[in-house]
Amino acid sequence: MRRLALIAAFFLLAGLAAGCGGGGGDDNDAAATTTQTSCAKDQLELVSSGTLTIGTGNPEFSPWYEGGTPNGSTFEVNDPATGKGYESAVAYALARKLGFSKEEVQWKAVSFNQTFKPGPKDFDFAMQQISYNPQRAKAVDFSESYYEVNQALVALSDKPIASATTIADLKDAKLGAVVGTTNYDYVVDNIKPSKKPSVYDTLSDNVAALKNGQIDGLVTDFPTAYYIANVQLSNAKLVGRFPTVGTQEHFGLTFEKGNPLVGCVNKAFAALKQDGTLDRLEQQWITSKAHAPLIQQ
Amino acid sequence: MDHEQGARPTDPAVAAAGSRRSRILGGSGDTRSVAIAVTSTLVFLGAVVAVTVTSPGWPAVRDAFFDGAIFSDTFPEIAEAFLLNIRIFLIAEAFILVFALFIAVLRSLPGPVFFPIRAIAIGYTDVFRGIPTILVIYILGFGAPALQLSGVPISPLFWGVVALVLVYSAYVAEVYRAGIESVHPSQEAAARSLGLSRSQSLRFVVLPQAVRRVVPPLLNDFIGLQKDSALVALIGPVEAFRQSQIEESASFNFTPYLATALLFVLATIPLARFTDWLIARDRRRQLAGRVT
Amino acid sequence: MTEALRLEGVHKSFGRLQVLRGIDLVLDVHEVVCLIGASGSGKSTLLRCVNLLESIDAGRIIVSGHEVTNARVDVNAVRRSIGIVFQAFNLFPHMTVLGNVTLAPRRALGLSKDRAEAEGLELLARFGLADKRDEYPDRLSGGQQQRVAIVRALAMRPSLMLLDEVTSALDPELVAEVLGVIRELAEGGMTMLIATHEMAFARDIAHRVCFLDAGVILEQGPADRMLTNPREERTQRFLQRFIEAGRL
Repeated sequence: MRRLALIAAFFLLAGLAAGCGGGGGDDNDAAATTTQTSCAKDQLELVSSGTLTIGTGNPEFSPWYEGGTPNGSTFEVNDPATGKGYESAVAYALARKLGFSKEEVQWKAVSFNQTFKPGPKDFDFAMQQISYNPQRAKAVDFSESYYEVNQALVALSDKPIASATTIADLKDAKLGAVVGTTNYDYVVDNIKPSKKPSVYDTLSDNVAALKNGQIDGLVTDFPTAYYIANVQLSNAKLVGRFPTVGTQEHFGLTFEKGNPLVGCVNKAFAALKQDGTLDRLEQQWITSKAHAPLIQQ
Repeated sequence: MDHEQGARPTDPAVAAAGSRRSRILGGSGDTRSVAIAVTSTLVFLGAVVAVTVTSPGWPAVRDAFFDGAIFSDTFPEIAEAFLLNIRIFLIAEAFILVFALFIAVLRSLPGPVFFPIRAIAIGYTDVFRGIPTILVIYILGFGAPALQLSGVPISPLFWGVVALVLVYSAYVAEVYRAGIESVHPSQEAAARSLGLSRSQSLRFVVLPQAVRRVVPPLLNDFIGLQKDSALVALIGPVEAFRQSQIEESASFNFTPYLATALLFVLATIPLARFTDWLIARDRRRQLAGRVT
Repeated sequence: MTEALRLEGVHKSFGRLQVLRGIDLVLDVHEVVCLIGASGSGKSTLLRCVNLLESIDAGRIIVSGHEVTNARVDVNAVRRSIGIVFQAFNLFPHMTVLGNVTLAPRRALGLSKDRAEAEGLELLARFGLADKRDEYPDRLSGGQQQRVAIVRALAMRPSLMLLDEVTSALDPELVAEVLGVIRELAEGGMTMLIATHEMAFARDIAHRVCFLDAGVILEQGPADRMLTNPREERTQRFLQRFIEAGRL
């Protein structure tokens, strides 16, 4: 009995010791509900004053982020601080408009779920190909669109599904998507295959399954699909783009609910649209490289 | 058929208390004790519920975890997905019972000539008890099909079940081994002295007794397996946990997870009661024939 | 062949403890020999060596003319021809009485289920246990269990029976029924080597009694003479205790 008590005490102490290691996160004050009247850099309410903290995924892929990972980077595949890739370029253009230099931008790895779930955030905004939908907008604040997106289908080139031209052709396919994404919603709401789609935690898992032939096709946003089909995998094909159903899907930055920064960011976006920066960046990183047929209804 | 020595009421603790009372105080101690037990339980539960629902944080918790509308909306799909969990663990359990016994027997082969076999069995149990189950599922679920060897199945369900069988057989083999070693050597001695060979005495005398003895820890491991069936979601199949995840990410409400938890608990109750019944039924028989 | 069993110079040690220090013993067919001696004198070990449950360190054991102690012998076959009954019964608790009795005939001798059961029932009936055929051991008294153990050994039709203090674990009132069975076997001509404390019984049924002391057979002789008039002083002292207890 005494031996049992000693063992239990050992585990308890070990557990407490492990828990006491890290320090707690910053206590985020609840964001003020008044709109920001001034967008001057020194008057912005930021998580870390003087710095623009952006949340994004790890790893992140082309065409959203490019340039590889320099020495010492904590990011895999691509480091967002390179400024290369559509999202990275847009982020730095936005930062410049808000008055931040390149060095004053900090990137933070966050899980995709964190970017649209309710609750306090430890970043100023998240940028991770997050689609706007009304449900998410109840939990977080979205900025204006910085990219209008369609879903697309990737398949292995030697499979019958690779020659699909209509959604009806996909009825018996085993498709795959990441959990909690608009990709998954599109499959279930619009494609409605007879087989339940396979669902994965991450895009990497989804791609692995496609490579293995465990799914026939992968549904994701069009630029990502292009990258997977033409760069990441050697025997895959971008079968086609899906039509928009309902309102046009778009990506937005997400902010903690009530964060007044949204207003300033939207002003900056408006300016970047007006002077053609967003178009130019899109041409540079996305549109010029990506063409695909439309999969008909 | 149960032949208990004397009457045995349903709750031994209550009965013990009751009979003690009657001896000390006289009178119908049993009925009174039951009444007191029931009343005190109700009062206690009532107090807990009252404190919970009047606490300040309760409305937020209730909305986030106990949303009735969301529960009834999402429950049917989650229950349907749970059928996949049931399939997974039933199939896995069947294979584990056999494969783990095989490993345990390999481990018990005597003599220096069988040393390599024993070493393999030991290595197997060390490796698969050491690697986290989730890793094994990943490695087999994505890795094995990636080898693209002909004849190797690619189905994630197949590899998920294989992974669970490999991991849990390692634990269950040790349980069997403990059971085998708990059968008194005089049993094997009796069998051998009748002229039965080693494998015959193992098969007809030792193993039947060993297996009966380890039913509780065995079924304990199986309850763990039932829950780990959720890990197969990582490699694609949509089982109850994944389904509740999908629901949660649509509504940002945690009630679907509660529905899943409820289903898992309900699934383990029959197994737990079955275990209790088996223990009671076999315990008496183990006592006879033991060395005095 | 008149010799059922011959032991020559049998030595057995457990680690540093020497239990048998040179046993020489001969049993003729149909002979009943009782081994007596203090606890720890080696009686059980000797019996277990005969049926090869223990390996010996030196010496030879010859059963029905075949030397069983060389390496090439088929141990299971030897054990099939020798029956042994233990102090602790060791019935198989997960099988019925009939199951206990028929297991080895079916699996080791290859008898069909029907044949094994028929022969088993006959034996059980002979010793008054037929109505217990479907009971599990835990429902039987100690005396009944030990009788079943004897029947179980007999079911293999052994040529030699070894009985290791088979009544020592029984309540006194149950001893008689077991001794009755043994007596019947003896009268039927079964060759038996019996380790026992039951001196009165030994005097009754044994042809010969051997006194085991410190790992050797110190003295042996006809039962009557041995138990009433032993030659060795140590034998006398050993038996004295039984006489004083009124058991001899």
